[in-house]
Amino acid sequence: MSYEYDQASLPDLLPLYYRRLFPFSQYFRWLNYGGVTKNYFQNREFSFTLKDDIYVRYQCFNNQSELEKEMQKMNPYKIDIGAVYSHRPSQHNTVKSGTFQALEKELVFDIDMTDYDDVRNCCSAAEICSKCWTLMTIAIRILDRALKEDFGFKHRLWVYSGRRGVHCWVCDEAARKLTQSARAAVAEYLSAVKGGEEAIKKVQLSDPIHPFIKESLKVLQHYFEDYALVNQDILGSKESIDKVLALLPEDILFKGSPLDLLQNDFLKVKTAALRWECLKKRVLQMQGALKKGVYGDWDIMFQYCYPRLDTNVSKGVNHLLKSPFSVHPKTGRVSVPIDLKLLDQFDPFAVPTISLICQELDKALEGDEEANDKENEGEPEQKRRVRDYKKTSLAKYVKVFEQFVEKMEQSWKGELLKKSDQQKDF
Amino acid sequence: MPKRKGIVMQFSGRRQKIVRLTGDRQADLYPHSLQFYGQPPTENISLSEFETFAVDRLKLLKTVENLGVSYVKTSDQYATKLEGEFRKLHFPYRVETDEKSLDTEYDKRRKDHISHFILRLAYCQTEDLRRWFIQQEMDLFRYRFHILTKEPAHDFLKFNNLHYESISDEEKNTLREELINSSYGFSAPKVEEHDFYKVPFQDALDLVRGRKVYLREGLAYIPHQEIVAIVLNDFRTRLSKALAITARSLPEVQSDERLQPLLNHLSHAYVGQDYSIQKNIGKISLEQIDPFSTKSYPLCMRHLHKALRENHHLRHGGRMQYGLFLKGIGLTLEQALQFWRSEFIKGKVDADKFDKTYAYSIRHSFGKEGKRTDYTPYSCMKIILSNPPSQGDHHGCPFRHSDPELLKQKLQSYKIHTNGITQVLDLVKGMHYQLACQKYFELTHSVDDCGFSLNHPNQYFVESQRILNGGREIKTEVTQNETPQQILTNPAPKSATAPGRTLPKPKVPPKRQAANGIEDSNEFFQ
Repeated sequence: MSYEYDQASLPDLLPLYYRRLFPFSQYFRWLNYGGVTKNYFQNREFSFTLKDDIYVRYQCFNNQSELEKEMQKMNPYKIDIGAVYSHRPSQHNTVKSGTFQALEKELVFDIDMTDYDDVRNCCSAAEICSKCWTLMTIAIRILDRALKEDFGFKHRLWVYSGRRGVHCWVCDEAARKLTQSARAAVAEYLSAVKGGEEAIKKVQLSDPIHPFIKESLKVLQHYFEDYALVNQDILGSKESIDKVLALLPEDILFKGSPLDLLQNDFLKVKTAALRWECLKKRVLQMQGALKKGVYGDWDIMFQYCYPRLDTNVSKGVNHLLKSPFSVHPKTGRVSVPIDLKLLDQFDPFAVPTISLICQELDKALEGDEEANDKENEGEPEQKRRVRDYKKTSLAKYVKVFEQFVEKMEQSWKGELLKKSDQQKDF
Repeated sequence: MPKRKGIVMQFSGRRQKIVRLTGDRQADLYPHSLQFYGQPPTENISLSEFETFAVDRLKLLKTVENLGVSYVKTSDQYATKLEGEFRKLHFPYRVETDEKSLDTEYDKRRKDHISHFILRLAYCQTEDLRRWFIQQEMDLFRYRFHILTKEPAHDFLKFNNLHYESISDEEKNTLREELINSSYGFSAPKVEEHDFYKVPFQDALDLVRGRKVYLREGLAYIPHQEIVAIVLNDFRTRLSKALAITARSLPEVQSDERLQPLLNHLSHAYVGQDYSIQKNIGKISLEQIDPFSTKSYPLCMRHLHKALRENHHLRHGGRMQYGLFLKGIGLTLEQALQFWRSEFIKGKVDADKFDKTYAYSIRHSFGKEGKRTDYTPYSCMKIILSNPPSQGDHHGCPFRHSDPELLKQKLQSYKIHTNGITQVLDLVKGMHYQLACQKYFELTHSVDDCGFSLNHPNQYFVESQRILNGGREIKTEVTQNETPQQILTNPAPKSATAPGRTLPKPKVPPKRQAANGIEDSNEFFQ
């Protein structure tokens, strides 16, 4: 049996996915946020992309049951999550003009591999491979640390987008209440790579080095040699070397004399790692003479590896972002949560496709029938579903999601208690 | 209103003294030299005080804008000039401890309070106006807060419910490295010396955005002097919200007939000469117009003139802006008719049609038809802020309304050197359109400093002629009512009267003079 994914089979696979595999229970528990705020779930906008690219916005649901029924009816190819509005999104046209507003939403980040095209040797555009995937690992490490330690956000969910990037959903109450301006400020704080097509050197580090940059540098140093020098081989060919050296000021390249070219030093050694050592040595030698804000090897590491995020995605309170557990129509892969404890081992090519898990489910059902499980007849759909995904490769990802939701639930329990105390609701 | 003796507790050293304010002044109403303008004023005032206050504050804010671009905001020159303006216009800025000045200090703070709220009415209406108003009010607030010493600053913050927690020495020690590396310009001894505060990062967005602060667990660690930035952010947020609310209740305010014309004019207000009286009327000949256009016209008029010559036509907006300008430089009605007619006839308009339609509106703008109002030439503010040009129009302010790339090409074609063009474009980028025009003046007249603060196209023309004729004046006589701004920048003031004198009361419509206040105030008073 072939596990190949074919976009044409989506209309057959999606119904099965939404009936038996999509983790509605945890999903609802997440977006309902413990029911602490009234109508939080009901006023949330979802958007669906249906067959033939039909896009519908302002979808909303009263409860989990309604959500399930609608999704099973419409079988969306893609699901996006939007903001929590002031009114039911479905009524956005009937409400008095100006009063329908996006009130809250998770703080989100979108890291897309295409933003690194100018510094990847192995792939471009929509392609990814194990060599460049490290960029995502680096991005997650740097950003997650900052969101946790600098900003104090406790509930962060990282999700594989299904094709060429990752998303982050920051779900703390404080994060959901951030204004557009605050979101933009957070994104700016986390940014270090700026400049479009025209810019050659896209990084300008400050003097002194800010603690955030210092921490980020540690991460870069951990991954740089393997990623850049070995896998990407940035000091391997003349073309590549030239690109790297374009980021260095003349002081480092010439070291005072046009005859003392760094390139010449490179020719004397055999490996990329040794060339990098030459470069670092020079930077050290030139330390006192360098201008402020010029760091040589650090500038290169940042330009080649530092996370590139799309600030526009993070800014808008009403911005719609692909939902976790949505399927990517082009690759068939499910948008799954990433277990940070196993981040370095995460392999996007091992993420299950919808065709794989549907086939796994079919196989498991056959097995069940053979094992004669009369006791499972008449079981409520939901319970059955819980056992269903466990029989597929989706299981471990749902587990990560479940743990994430549980952690949040612990914090809401406190909230609800506080609230009921205040209202003297015993 | 019952008279109440105001009683104020004044602290000098550690002894409390009880002093009295006289008249209707209420104690405790204005305890500080600055405020957040949280509560609107509730007393009654006369229309003339209403107007004076508004105009004075507008002058103050325009000075704030000009100084902010000409000088570094932390420099001594900025401080001196701004404080001079505060004194001249009777606005508060510093803590006054002198017992004798309590009454006047109160009056100044009251004026500050009331004038701010009046200008809110005028400046809440469009995005541009709001942005301008907020920017200047912020700069004003920043300066006043900046000069407060530690204790009054602390009092002020406490009074306004801003509780910023300072960190313990222990914590400071633990975080010493981080604090040094994140606070710009803070060496180790400085970190030792200064207080640091912990505030939620949402309250310090400017610092967060620029990564100029140490963050931990969602708290920003701010040195005392940066608290200003935080407080400013707070100020801006409050003001922004307030303006939005004001805009919603504006229709009600505007329906008051006494206020409507004033508020409309305030937002386009030109605080200076309006060039409605031309002493040199008839002294210009039509042959001089082409050379004038390249030598003495501001860029907007040069552009309009060129478009008129090339297309033999201008649309309504352009005819108004240019036509009134020509009137301002001294064209008579007959000359104007001849000028427009000869040009339009070269185009698609025949003599008959011209006489029937266009001529009428030219006579109208000279006050010889219809309402017989003598329309005044447009000020820079008016050109920049109202009636933006659309496709096919040539009016407006090129620094505001032209694409920067096209503007650059145009300046290049006028043989202005690259350096100069860059300076102009920088000013445009910073939205300082009138300063960009001043720079254009300086570049085309080869002077380092144009010597005046540009507010009006006709002023540009007059100043240009003054330089080109080596002091010989074809220009309008500067009358008694020269503005304070002009006095600040022109070294030799000609006026003997003190600036800032109040406008005549509404009951007696004044004889038309170059008024020291609102453009078209004639209409207002009718």
